[in-house]
Amino acid sequence: MSTVTIPTQPQLEMPKKHYLNDNYGIRSWLLTKDHKRIAVLYLITITFFFLIGGVFAALIRLHLLVPEGALFQADVYNKLFSLHGVNMVFFFLVPSIPATLGNFLVPLMVGAKDLALPKINLASWYIFIIGACFSVATMVLGGVDTGWTFYTPLSSGYLKTHVVTMAVGIIIAGFASIFTGLNFIVTVHRMRAPGLTWGRLPLFIWSNYATSLIMVLATPVLAITLILLAVERGFHIGIFDPKLGGDPVLFQHMFWFYSHPAVYIMILPGMGVISEIVTCFSRKRVFGYSFVAFSSIAIAVFGFLVWAHHMFVAGISTYSALVFSLMSFAVAIPSAVKVFNWTATMYKGSVSFHTPMLYAIGFIGLFTIGGLTGLFLAALGLDIHVHDTYFVIAHFHYVMVGGMVMAYLGGLHFWWPKLTGRMYPEGWAKLAALITFIGFNLTFFPQFILGYLGMPRRYAAYPPEFQVLNVLSTAGASILAVGFILPLIYLLWSMRYGEVAGPNPWQAKGLEWETSSPPPTHNFEHTPVVTEDPYHYGEEQDGEVPVVP
Amino acid sequence: MSHSQTTTTEHHPALAHQFDSMEQQREASNFGMWCFLLTEIMMFGGLFTAYLIYRLKYYEAFVAGSWSIQVSWGFANTLVLIASSLTMAMAVWSAQRGIRRFQILFIALTMLLGSAFLGVKAKEYYDKYEECHIPGASFNAEGGLGCETGNIAQEVANREKIPLEAARQIARQTQIFFSFYFAMTGLHALHMILGMGLMTWLLLKANRGDFSPEYYSPVEYGGLYWHFVDIVWIYLFPLLYLISRHR
Amino acid sequence: MQPKLPLFPEQASTVAGQVDALYLFLVLITTFFSLLIALLILFFAIKYKQTPGRKAEQIHGSTLLEIIWTVIPLGISMFIFAWAAIIFFHQRRPPTNALELYGVGKQWMWKFEYSGGQREINSLHVPMGRPVKISMISQDVIHSFFVPAFRVKYDVLPNRYNTVWFEATQPGTYHLFCSQYCGTKHSAMIGEVVVMKPEDFEAWLGSGKAEGSMAANGEKYFQDLGCITCHRPDSGARGPNLQGLYGRPVRLSDGRTIIADDNYIRESVLDPAAKIVSGFQPIMPTFKGIVNEDGMLQLIAYIKSLGEQSGEPLNNRTSPTMLRDTEVPNIQQEMKNQGGTTQPQPGKKP
Repeated sequence: MSTVTIPTQPQLEMPKKHYLNDNYGIRSWLLTKDHKRIAVLYLITITFFFLIGGVFAALIRLHLLVPEGALFQADVYNKLFSLHGVNMVFFFLVPSIPATLGNFLVPLMVGAKDLALPKINLASWYIFIIGACFSVATMVLGGVDTGWTFYTPLSSGYLKTHVVTMAVGIIIAGFASIFTGLNFIVTVHRMRAPGLTWGRLPLFIWSNYATSLIMVLATPVLAITLILLAVERGFHIGIFDPKLGGDPVLFQHMFWFYSHPAVYIMILPGMGVISEIVTCFSRKRVFGYSFVAFSSIAIAVFGFLVWAHHMFVAGISTYSALVFSLMSFAVAIPSAVKVFNWTATMYKGSVSFHTPMLYAIGFIGLFTIGGLTGLFLAALGLDIHVHDTYFVIAHFHYVMVGGMVMAYLGGLHFWWPKLTGRMYPEGWAKLAALITFIGFNLTFFPQFILGYLGMPRRYAAYPPEFQVLNVLSTAGASILAVGFILPLIYLLWSMRYGEVAGPNPWQAKGLEWETSSPPPTHNFEHTPVVTEDPYHYGEEQDGEVPVVP
Repeated sequence: MSHSQTTTTEHHPALAHQFDSMEQQREASNFGMWCFLLTEIMMFGGLFTAYLIYRLKYYEAFVAGSWSIQVSWGFANTLVLIASSLTMAMAVWSAQRGIRRFQILFIALTMLLGSAFLGVKAKEYYDKYEECHIPGASFNAEGGLGCETGNIAQEVANREKIPLEAARQIARQTQIFFSFYFAMTGLHALHMILGMGLMTWLLLKANRGDFSPEYYSPVEYGGLYWHFVDIVWIYLFPLLYLISRHR
Repeated sequence: MQPKLPLFPEQASTVAGQVDALYLFLVLITTFFSLLIALLILFFAIKYKQTPGRKAEQIHGSTLLEIIWTVIPLGISMFIFAWAAIIFFHQRRPPTNALELYGVGKQWMWKFEYSGGQREINSLHVPMGRPVKISMISQDVIHSFFVPAFRVKYDVLPNRYNTVWFEATQPGTYHLFCSQYCGTKHSAMIGEVVVMKPEDFEAWLGSGKAEGSMAANGEKYFQDLGCITCHRPDSGARGPNLQGLYGRPVRLSDGRTIIADDNYIRESVLDPAAKIVSGFQPIMPTFKGIVNEDGMLQLIAYIKSLGEQSGEPLNNRTSPTMLRDTEVPNIQQEMKNQGGTTQPQPGKKP
């Protein structure tokens, strides 16, 4: 799209030895302690779950084409949305950026040879795989129909499906994310290269650090909650069952104590990716570095104090609802600060539009809408009406898909040359980004309207007057699917046929660009020494972002 | 997997490839261990919070439940665990000094005390089984057939001087107390069992003579973990056995 | 059937307008900020597009701007918070003159009962222009009572009464949804709310074949269960006197004072030892598994009616169940000061 050209660079060649060809064989992959290879293993695993979750989503949207439901009985439909939720949340979104891009980049960005605890890192992947096996087993055995929230007493006493299997899978996968978080925290504290002070850390590191704090502190609470649920279901004891004196609302408190911070696990790393991309393609320092960095920490801290906003209509006292509503408005502010800073970063920049930047711009727009519609849900009197309707569905898909998945894809494109040493095909990638953006909005914008009209979530059938909006949404979903499948094809293609990227195709700043692409197993030939602030763009010797024909 | 080493400083055999120095390695793994303990605290914290909420809600039943478990066994186990913490500390000390004989001795002693704890716990569980106090369908705290020894209802009626009918209602609610009793001590016992596995591994390493004044962090972190599990018990013991026992 | 594309739900209750006003304000805010960001990005993208020879101008940031875009959103969100909280308080406090109904949710149907004893399943008739308060409970899992046209929703929990209230403003038929996922036929747990003119509603109530009012059925049930043997108004009774009990403070044996509301009465029937009235022995057997939710509502209606009908002064009672009338205002004040979670019901004065 740009006509600007710069002198063609000398013909680039792949490095002779790098982490991908250091040694061969299935053993060298399955027993690797190299963070980059583990990132690749995670990438393959979560792509699998993204596809499964996507298939469920497609079936859901097809089913809802007609008011009475086009394809399935209600019980099958309930399994579909439950499995869509569980797989997407626990097996795709939570590990998505931290376990793939984070795993790959955190040591590179801090100038370390590996994460601090490589064995724990490998263990994390194996634990994740064990959890994933439970999830697959659940699906093979016949699924689960609790919704991803597992509310008691429905899940503990009424449903006949494989609740315990799925719960165990989630508990196990949770430990994988604890191990990843633990590793990041230790690495950021103890493994930074000489000169890389906290004030010089890339924002991707800050956001992954904040994410890790949540992973380490919140995930164990989910584990104990689901253990209690599984025990209650298995042995018919009454911790959450009102028939035996338990309190079902306590389950909701404990569940959301993890699962609200968990939405920040899902979005914070995405925010880090956006900070990297926007600075690179604006050729500019980030606007207000310390504000962007600390807003990540602020989100992580405030995120722990808002969980009961999922329970405004569940019978909590009016005054505690008031407190949680107030805190929920407070947690919105740091996110707003980030959006303003990203926008301001473009001001007086030298902006170019490669695929990662398109995804980043899409992210900022969609995340703004997703974040602002969160205010509707934090507002007590309004939440009464929109709670548990499609408004909620639309809101969190704007944040999770419009935000996180866009950031994930943007980051994947941005660092793809670093991961594989080769460029993706720019034209196709831009097309895919555009299709994703259009398809996404068409899928989820109608759901805001549906929600305010009052269509409840998790409905296998709905009143006929909601049909037009549902059809629009399904149409959008089919476009969105194309937008997601395209990258899968051309990225795989590019691994073999893509142009050789060279160490720094974007002329970007950051330690990860100072080593070859793909990096050697030990990341750096010599331990790098950092002498400058992050994003020190604009120096004389710097080139522009080269234009890919 | 082979690594081409780029750093040329002399290497301690235990220095992992990603670290520059033993000091950095020690600091990193130490920090990681504390983060892990933080995770553990949050996990037990969730359970303790749920316990406290139900304790407030079913105060009478929780008091009655704690009457039915033996303080003497709990107290004995507390002593055993405190003693094991001492032997564990001694094991760390001997690893720091690199005295292999003492390492083996103290780790073995710690394991012995750990097994004693688990043995007592198993005995207590068995008693609860005999008394029909295992939550679930067969739970009976009102002295049903075959469950006469676990008649909490009668005990409550005698102690509180209240009619048997009211005592039976309280006795039925003790099921939730026992749910927590088993969940909390069970999770703790699971940690003890994992700790025993850890000790076995340390014992093998100590026997091989792996630890030296330069490299003893596995013993140190095994110790941290062991002390953490002890501390959890130090909270569990009063919460389950002692509070409000006499009022 | 013509495809319909509604964009806005009907407004059929007094609170709907308030909620919609807040909604539209938020839509405005959202549109404004989304457009602001989108236009800024578009503007920067065009104006500062990469061109040869021009380099980006490095700007570190501006504390003033950071403060501005922290404080302004904070101010706006606090304004929204306060606005929404006011509506919420309004929604959570039923007016005292409300018509009282009872609802039971179960997998997968709604049951409603009027104090006159009329019952309905999956449909609810209410009068226009009069506040209606529904006390709801679930027989199994958590459900949620949701009428979009009224902008009203609240979860229906097992083991606890939750209430919603609304005042319908437009005659018509509206959707009733269960909005909390409750199992296989969750999406079939729907019904309709029929709003009628007051006179039509009275006529409808009269035409319903009720087998006695809820209170009357409750009284019969009260006798059948044998409650009457202990809960008598004389001084030798083994159980507290229930005359005029409903909605008044009760002193318990452990010294606490509690309001005798629906949840308290329910707990006292199912778990009598939990809260013993001062001066009585814990001798009552539990009725767990004997009294179902419908029966419980009738018992409560009966106990409620005792207070309403009797009209006798509550002081000078021989049984210590009740506090003397003169104590009531003090205790209500006391509870208010403690920030008690139970909303004191106004005492039924003779």
